[in-house]
Amino acid sequence: MTGTIYTETVVYSPPEAFASEAPYQIAIVTLDDGGRMTSRILGERVSIDDRVELAESRDGVPFFRKIA
Amino acid sequence: MREVSVIGVGKTRFGAFPDRNLLSLAVEAGQKCLENGNIAPAQVDAFFLGNFAAPSFVGQNHLAPYVSSALGIRGVPATRVEAACASGGSAVYHAWAGVASGIYDTVLVVGVEKMTSQTTARVAEILASAGDCSGEIKAGATFPSLFAMIARRHMHQYGTTREQLAAVAVKNHANGALNPDAHMRKVVSLEQALAGKPVADPLTLYDCSLISDGAAAVVLAPTERARDLVQKPVRVCGIAQASDYLALDQKPDITSFPAVCAAARKAFAMAELTPDDIQFAEVHDCFTIAEIIALEDLGFVPRGEGGPVSASGATARDGVRPINPSGGLKAKGHPVGATGVAQVCDVVNQIRCQAGEMQLKRHSLGLTQNLGGSGGTSVVTFLGEI
Repeated sequence: MTGTIYTETVVYSPPEAFASEAPYQIAIVTLDDGGRMTSRILGERVSIDDRVELAESRDGVPFFRKIA
Repeated sequence: MREVSVIGVGKTRFGAFPDRNLLSLAVEAGQKCLENGNIAPAQVDAFFLGNFAAPSFVGQNHLAPYVSSALGIRGVPATRVEAACASGGSAVYHAWAGVASGIYDTVLVVGVEKMTSQTTARVAEILASAGDCSGEIKAGATFPSLFAMIARRHMHQYGTTREQLAAVAVKNHANGALNPDAHMRKVVSLEQALAGKPVADPLTLYDCSLISDGAAAVVLAPTERARDLVQKPVRVCGIAQASDYLALDQKPDITSFPAVCAAARKAFAMAELTPDDIQFAEVHDCFTIAEIIALEDLGFVPRGEGGPVSASGATARDGVRPINPSGGLKAKGHPVGATGVAQVCDVVNQIRCQAGEMQLKRHSLGLTQNLGGSGGTSVVTFLGEI
């Protein structure tokens, strides 16, 4: 599954459940097949309009990474 | 439909009050309000309570009769209204509907939140429950991060800058310094605001509103009766509530809040007013970007102009149209359930010429805009002289 970054942010002040993971990047991805998904970003930080692909899903949360 | 007026207002100070519980805050605001409106508890026909998350913040449910009975109001409907950060505005809207329809004659609304007994991380978690918990929140989004993503997109589409966001914080802190009831009475420089600790890029601590305790109350009555009760009733010229998706990823364009646009459209139509008629406004600046978008959604400026206008001084207390002369959520504080009610109190005080150091020169017609979550609910109210 591939798509384009619609918007993104890096979270520095997380809720309790995510405290050990901060800072982490989340993004809304516009999917090539239509629709949008709020996702976590793995690896390199992304910016608006970057191309990304689905790397994995953890407990129903999609993790995308930048397409080199 | 009957015309409705605000006949009384009352507020606590906003801040962090470790020795005050939710009930004492709510009762203080309610009693001040009844006194201000010259109304005895036995005259109240119905009670609405705006509260977002007392079950999570303080472990208390069944909140409306808990508060109303402590105010000496018994035997009448007492109802809690929850619409995230628009809980207070929504409670005012439902009270208005009850009076306008003729079901009730005198309705008391109290908005309250007690937030500071929890850690910041726990508060972030409780606030996040106003988002879509099956999607964005599960992925690790917080409210600052949702508004950070909105800010990023607004910057991308319209060229809005960090300096323009910071200008909103600087202006609202300057206003808050004049407000004796504000949580933070501290002037902040542009340099300070720009150098704040990052919370969620591009937002820093200075872009975020405060975590506060506080309560606010208003009492409503039909305008035809209001003149006999108090010297200066303030007319509800227009009011509307609207709704939208919770999740940002469901919205076609996150740089605008359709619920705000819809509520503003309906309220302007009811009041037979245009944006140019509004002299000042209390808008929902939960984050600096939210005030910039509010200016656009309310029709005060064209799309994309919210940033430049905010940096121009036009929204300052001596500007063309002062925005958040109370200091807004940014400096006055944001006890979530109290906010929408407090906005009405602040506008009423301006119209009655009882705003003290905050008093504006032009103050006969003002607006409040209350936003729930990242746009799932909005309430827009116009208040004016009778």
